[in-house]
Amino acid sequence: MVKKNDCRRDDSCFGRERSLEIVEEVLKLSRADQTEVRLTGFQSSLTRYANSVIHQNVDEINARLSVKAYVGKKMGSVSTNRLDKESIAKTVERALELAELSPENPEFVSLPGPRPIPEAQCYFESTAAATPYDRADNVMEVIAEANKAGFQAAGAHSTGVNEIAVGNSLGVRAYGKSTSAELTCVIMSDEGSGYAQASSRDIANIDAAQVAEEAVRRCLVNKNQIAIEPGEYAVFLEPYAVAEMVSFLSSMGFSAVSYQEGRSFLCGKLGTEIVSPLINICDDGLDPRGAPFPFDGEGQPKSRVALVEQGVAKNLLYDSFAAFKEGKKESTGHYPRGMASNLFLYALPEDSVSQEELMSGVKRGILVTRFHYVRSVHTQKTIITGMTRDGTFLIEDGQVVSALKNLRFTESILNALRSTEGVGREQKLIGTSYSVVAPALRLGKFNFTGQAEH
Amino acid sequence: MDSILKIALDKARELGAEYADIRYVSSQTERISTRNGHVDSLGTNSDSGYGVRVLFDGAWGFASRSDSAIAGKMMSAKDVQETTEEAVRIAKASRQSIKKPITLSPLDPIEGSWSAVPKKDPFEMKIEDKIEYLLDCERLMKKAAPVDLTYGSLVFFKEAKDFLSTEGSCIRQEMVQSGGSIGAIARDVDEVQGRSYPAQFGGDFALKGWEHIEDLDFIGEAPRVAQEACELLKAPQCPSGAMDIILEGSQLALQIHESCGHAIELDRVLGMEAGYVGTSFLTLEKKGTFRYGSPVVNIVADATIPGGNGSFGYDDDGVPAQKFDVVKEGIFHNYLSSRETAGEIGEVSNGANRAVNWNRIPLIRMTNVNLEPGDYTLDEIIRDTDHGIYMDLNRSYSIDDRRYNFQFGTEIGWEIENGCVKGMVKNPTYTGNTPEFWNSCDAIASKDEWKVWGIPNCGKGEPGQAIRVGHGAAPARFRNVRVGVGRW
Repeated sequence: MVKKNDCRRDDSCFGRERSLEIVEEVLKLSRADQTEVRLTGFQSSLTRYANSVIHQNVDEINARLSVKAYVGKKMGSVSTNRLDKESIAKTVERALELAELSPENPEFVSLPGPRPIPEAQCYFESTAAATPYDRADNVMEVIAEANKAGFQAAGAHSTGVNEIAVGNSLGVRAYGKSTSAELTCVIMSDEGSGYAQASSRDIANIDAAQVAEEAVRRCLVNKNQIAIEPGEYAVFLEPYAVAEMVSFLSSMGFSAVSYQEGRSFLCGKLGTEIVSPLINICDDGLDPRGAPFPFDGEGQPKSRVALVEQGVAKNLLYDSFAAFKEGKKESTGHYPRGMASNLFLYALPEDSVSQEELMSGVKRGILVTRFHYVRSVHTQKTIITGMTRDGTFLIEDGQVVSALKNLRFTESILNALRSTEGVGREQKLIGTSYSVVAPALRLGKFNFTGQAEH
Repeated sequence: MDSILKIALDKARELGAEYADIRYVSSQTERISTRNGHVDSLGTNSDSGYGVRVLFDGAWGFASRSDSAIAGKMMSAKDVQETTEEAVRIAKASRQSIKKPITLSPLDPIEGSWSAVPKKDPFEMKIEDKIEYLLDCERLMKKAAPVDLTYGSLVFFKEAKDFLSTEGSCIRQEMVQSGGSIGAIARDVDEVQGRSYPAQFGGDFALKGWEHIEDLDFIGEAPRVAQEACELLKAPQCPSGAMDIILEGSQLALQIHESCGHAIELDRVLGMEAGYVGTSFLTLEKKGTFRYGSPVVNIVADATIPGGNGSFGYDDDGVPAQKFDVVKEGIFHNYLSSRETAGEIGEVSNGANRAVNWNRIPLIRMTNVNLEPGDYTLDEIIRDTDHGIYMDLNRSYSIDDRRYNFQFGTEIGWEIENGCVKGMVKNPTYTGNTPEFWNSCDAIASKDEWKVWGIPNCGKGEPGQAIRVGHGAAPARFRNVRVGVGRW
């Protein structure tokens, strides 16, 4: 008889001691000038539901050892998920062979040296101990809420444990373990749909009933959709839509690598006002309101980097390669390639307003719950396109007056953010492996260019 | 290997599962990328593990383990048994919610094997020769035009997969896949433009060896790529308005992919992806009657094309690869299906259920979904066009959650007037809805200009799976399409 809470999650982890032992073993084996070792281990589980039933339910335990070897300025990297002694030795040897075969990269300076790693609470036993039954219980709660309203539910509920150990031949040693839990929910009627989600490192913070209630509430209103002529409208963007927009902006140019290569939208704009003075953007790997983790894949500490302050572009995100190339002493903890990990968009307390105040300022505009299938159209102009989904509404005099058919937008993110008229006070965490904390926004101008049939 | 895998099947039976399968997959990847004349990354990856899928009381459970994930110990009989127990435990959690048990469409047990053997195995070649090939391309691009950034990449992948099921199937499949791309970026004060070859997002892939890279001839195309990146800086903005468009093969491949390939996945149609990427406008009542495209539009799903990036011998239900009509003379005929979804609508699976690796469950995935060739040449289509844009190589793609309203952007376009190419335009985009667009198709180039384009990373599912698929296409014309979307 299988017991409901019979779980062996912790068996899947290497733990600090064993992880760092493997790192030491690899470093001892390596004959390269410089060597970097990264060991990751994870257990991830995901319960998926659609048509109000659990239809897919999966679990994975996996690990990966990555070894980078440098011979002078020549680099080879090899990774494997086979961690027996023979495979580890082969991996180390092959990395060296590849480095010897590779031409020099004159831009490489060195691997980074050790730096103190700050503390961050990113592991919660409650999440690590979650079983398929715990996830099913949460999903059943969502389905029950949908049933009450006569609607169908679809979405996914995931939990996971990740650990990473990083070491290099210059003395870097870092180990960290984190957990993640997410619940997404699309509630559907015959006429429309509503969306909600929750993310946290601690599953105890995932309130399934609340997530379901939020999505059901949207679905109840999302009926009798009318078509509206595409064009320029004021918009009220819910945090889900704002988070997607700011993560696209980040991918288009906050990385120092893209700036150095001339591909970033920030080229020639650092130090200048790029968006409304109401807007601030930062990446802060330690802020517990997001999904913190204290170091990056090079074992370098994360810190708060102000990217946009009161509308002015301030800084970029660096890994060691990009930092050393510019003669900087250290990275900002954003390996690989200056990728953000815990982004925040916010207004200063004196500039932010309540959700009600934000809405009340919309004379005639469109409320967007979330975007769908967003893609870059022109990186340097920060133009993106995508659809609205799961709740698009017409606002008149600060009130939702009708549901709308979904719209396609094609808009420059910077242009949109230049027209910011208000920033919400309440913030929402979206995602855990790449997390964004975002408020609702009211924008004066947003360009809709097409329409769906639903 | 088979004996240890059979332990999972025995354990699943012992625990009362009505069906179980196990897939053991081992793979090797080699990636070489160069950037501005030097090696940006050079790496290999090896990966192996197994996944056990069980159907218990009509509900699914799946558990997967790498060979040595558990505290660094290698896969043992005990691990396989425990993994199977976990899969059953998960299925028991799933069954709390089910309204009716899942029934799989019938399948006779198969003992078989399949392989895609390359003519020139890229893993047997000297790595320094492959690096030098990319660096040569970069030198040729830099020499041809004053570009600011050049890059190239090559990816080689080989995989061996064993599949065993409680129904008695036992299948081994092996394949080698090769692909890559080159590109150049040029910039001036207020504009950045890029060109790449032969296709977007990693390039063009095939179940072939080094011979595929030789056929693509990166070396021969490199100078043009750099020259066009520079010329785009001075090119005028693509005009806006309704006009004819001609899509070259790789862009058309992505158009087929987004507006047909995903729309015909039966799991989407049945709502199984509704919580993530959405459903499909091609609802069940449309099968066999719906006018999807004009009479010249014939779309075929063919998993049997030798070398096709979406080819295989058997899917991950163990169903043999098949070829069938999706759209015939414009009328929609068939979905891509799995044993589960075909069973749901009282049909038999057509073999499109695939997983990207041992650690994922199979989902319905495109095979090679091809627009069949027509009778024209590209030159004839251009000569026959009064006003339009010829668009080449995707830069941007977006489609709604029912695969209906779409918008694409390409790297480059050429304006056509009175049957002649007038000149280059930058930032071309076009938008429309799927049936209207395919009904506006009136000319398709012939088999001489047709090829199977290989996309290496079609995304679907949670947790995500980026899988290989293929699309046969030749350049084709679409009438009266909305071009030049947005403010520039």
